[in-house]
Amino acid sequence: MSTNNCCCCGQVDERDEKLQEIIKKHKETKGALIPVLHEAQELYGYLPIEVQKMVAEGLGVSLSEVYGVVTFYTQFSLNPKGKYKIQVCMGTACYVKGAGQILDKLKEKLGLDVDQCSEDGLFSLEACRCIGACGLAPVITVNEDVYGRIGPDDVEGIIKKYKE
Amino acid sequence: MEMVNITIDSRKLQVPANYTILEAAREANIAIPTLCFLKEINEIGACRMCVVEVKGARSLQAACVYPVSEGLEIYTQSPSVREARKVTLELILSNHDKKCLTCVRSRNCELQRLAEDLNIKDIRFEGESYDYSLDELSPSIVRDPNKCVLCRRCVSMCKNVQTVSVIDTNERGFKTIVSSAFNKSLNEVPCVMCGQCINVCPVGALREKDGTEMVWDALANPDLHVVVQTAPAVRVALGEEFGMPIGSRVTSNMVASLRRLGFDKVFDTDTAADLTIMEEGTELINRIKNGGKLPLITSCSPGWIKFCEHNYPEFLDNLSSCKSPHEMFGAVLKSYYAEKMGIDPSKVFVVSIMPCTAKKFEAQRPEMAATGHPDVDVVLTTRELAKMIKEAGIDFKDLPQRQFDDPMGEATGAAVIFGATGGVMEAALRTVAEVLSGESIENVEYNQVRGVEGIKEATIEVAGLTLKAAVAHGLGNARKLLDRIKAGEAEYHFIEIMACPGGCVNGGGQPIQPSDVRSWIDLRTERAKAIYEEDRDLPIRKSHENPKIKALYSEFLGEPGGHKAHKLLHTHYKQRENYPLDK
Repeated sequence: MSTNNCCCCGQVDERDEKLQEIIKKHKETKGALIPVLHEAQELYGYLPIEVQKMVAEGLGVSLSEVYGVVTFYTQFSLNPKGKYKIQVCMGTACYVKGAGQILDKLKEKLGLDVDQCSEDGLFSLEACRCIGACGLAPVITVNEDVYGRIGPDDVEGIIKKYKE
Repeated sequence: MEMVNITIDSRKLQVPANYTILEAAREANIAIPTLCFLKEINEIGACRMCVVEVKGARSLQAACVYPVSEGLEIYTQSPSVREARKVTLELILSNHDKKCLTCVRSRNCELQRLAEDLNIKDIRFEGESYDYSLDELSPSIVRDPNKCVLCRRCVSMCKNVQTVSVIDTNERGFKTIVSSAFNKSLNEVPCVMCGQCINVCPVGALREKDGTEMVWDALANPDLHVVVQTAPAVRVALGEEFGMPIGSRVTSNMVASLRRLGFDKVFDTDTAADLTIMEEGTELINRIKNGGKLPLITSCSPGWIKFCEHNYPEFLDNLSSCKSPHEMFGAVLKSYYAEKMGIDPSKVFVVSIMPCTAKKFEAQRPEMAATGHPDVDVVLTTRELAKMIKEAGIDFKDLPQRQFDDPMGEATGAAVIFGATGGVMEAALRTVAEVLSGESIENVEYNQVRGVEGIKEATIEVAGLTLKAAVAHGLGNARKLLDRIKAGEAEYHFIEIMACPGGCVNGGGQPIQPSDVRSWIDLRTERAKAIYEEDRDLPIRKSHENPKIKALYSEFLGEPGGHKAHKLLHTHYKQRENYPLDK
């Protein structure tokens, strides 16, 4: 079984032990892969190759199958997320109401591309599928906070709230 | 078998109740186009090329997965069917990399044929198209995602048949791509290079790494003595590349073509297969007599070897230390032959024509250089040889009778059958039984180990010993067999494993037959038939009776399993990590 040792002190990452428990909990159930990936992502914040390898070995499936599932569902991420995860809804309603311009403004203000995380680890930016709040279109979310009926000019103010 | 009455295009038919519409139509000679379908390997109804109208159904149905039932009425050529198929095909073509003129699969492409059959004159849809880079780092396989039609046949072959599972469908929507995890090259994942993915690809998205230019260069170099050897399975398949029936034996035409291409000598890998039997048979007898590691597992299939190194390292000591026949041959050519002919070994250039893509990888293994030079310089597949013959303008079907050259041109029936699953086992048994019993054995045909059953077992009584043997072909079957041994459920003395289903006759470098042939004709059986005919026609059918092999030992090698033989003909293996992490 492969485990990650910390690059600085060589200590075993505690999260790896927790992941083994998660795998053990689901291993015998059919369709265990997706629930395990969900919990693994909660644990690590994202699903890097080290984590996917442990999941594959633990569940007895190939890494290519795990990777196929991870890249199919947008809620799984291969990249680290920021402390504040900004998602721009690109569903049809939001899109026609100008979600593209909001996304562009966010890119400009944060200096990030989609699926990137800022160097200080504060913000990450994603474009997501319909979140079901079409009545508020266009919508963005920052972690659990929802901002609806916004325009590109509102972007700066929203970012500022989380910088303090 | 329960039968049902159905109507296809107003023709009344009675068909078995477990048929799909596609199977029923095929039996009535009604053509339904398919693309993703490959019988028993990929039956997922994904591409929608085979849609038909079923009376009472709300929408068009995929014939490849729709089961027949009593009274079913089917229309395969109604206007809605024709329109749907055309639109589907045009959409597939709209972002296909349509460089047919320079595509390795031109004129043997299922997509190209569909476009012709469906009379596509114009592609009405234009939009974004793929722009992926090629994966050409592997020594065996090149992946071109720009030509991929996402049929998933390769994925199913790799995952379900071979249980190698290094390619899968990744991402979604327009960005969907068949690739390895984390976009790694096939060279960086536990791919065993068997090439079965290439054989099931309907288009040019997967192909072997081309080695023909290196061979043309060598042939044109006056300083080199260029020799070629051909594996047993090549001679029963090469004819297919020239439109001949499956299972045609073309040994003479093949040899004559190689002469015309300008090779200095044309040798038969079968001679080295006899040599392999001498070495491997000796190894088996020694292990049985001296309490060595058993079961002994054959090592002729480099795809199997790599699979074992990645997935079953605990069996590495069970592997025969014998190199595969063409590697043995290379080592002998650069030592014994070079010496005999008075040629500097560095000037001997060895080309192997193989039914195999994994042999390209094998030839590059650093261990395969017994004389300090690579045992084999270039490996070409059966398909690549066909391309060279065509490029040289040789009329393959009209050539004089030719035979392999001496001194390494004579082989026995035992060597020929190496090309079919169970063949190495049978060849070894022919020799081992005689050596152990000290008697000449009349009946040399071991039918228990022939045929396409996934795992075959045989028990042979010889000289007071009950020899238990097993044969597995296709890596999924190998996995099952090894897991059984690991669990203590089975015990054997000797095991033959071939990476490809059916053995080398169906290797990843063999001629590609489209799905409408592959789905209904068992290539493994048809090509194997020709192999066994070739065996029956040969005067000598036991490896240890090959006079050339006897001479090789007495003049040069000494004893089978002796010091010199070990230095030249044997090798070692290493555990390989799957997906090593960057440290």
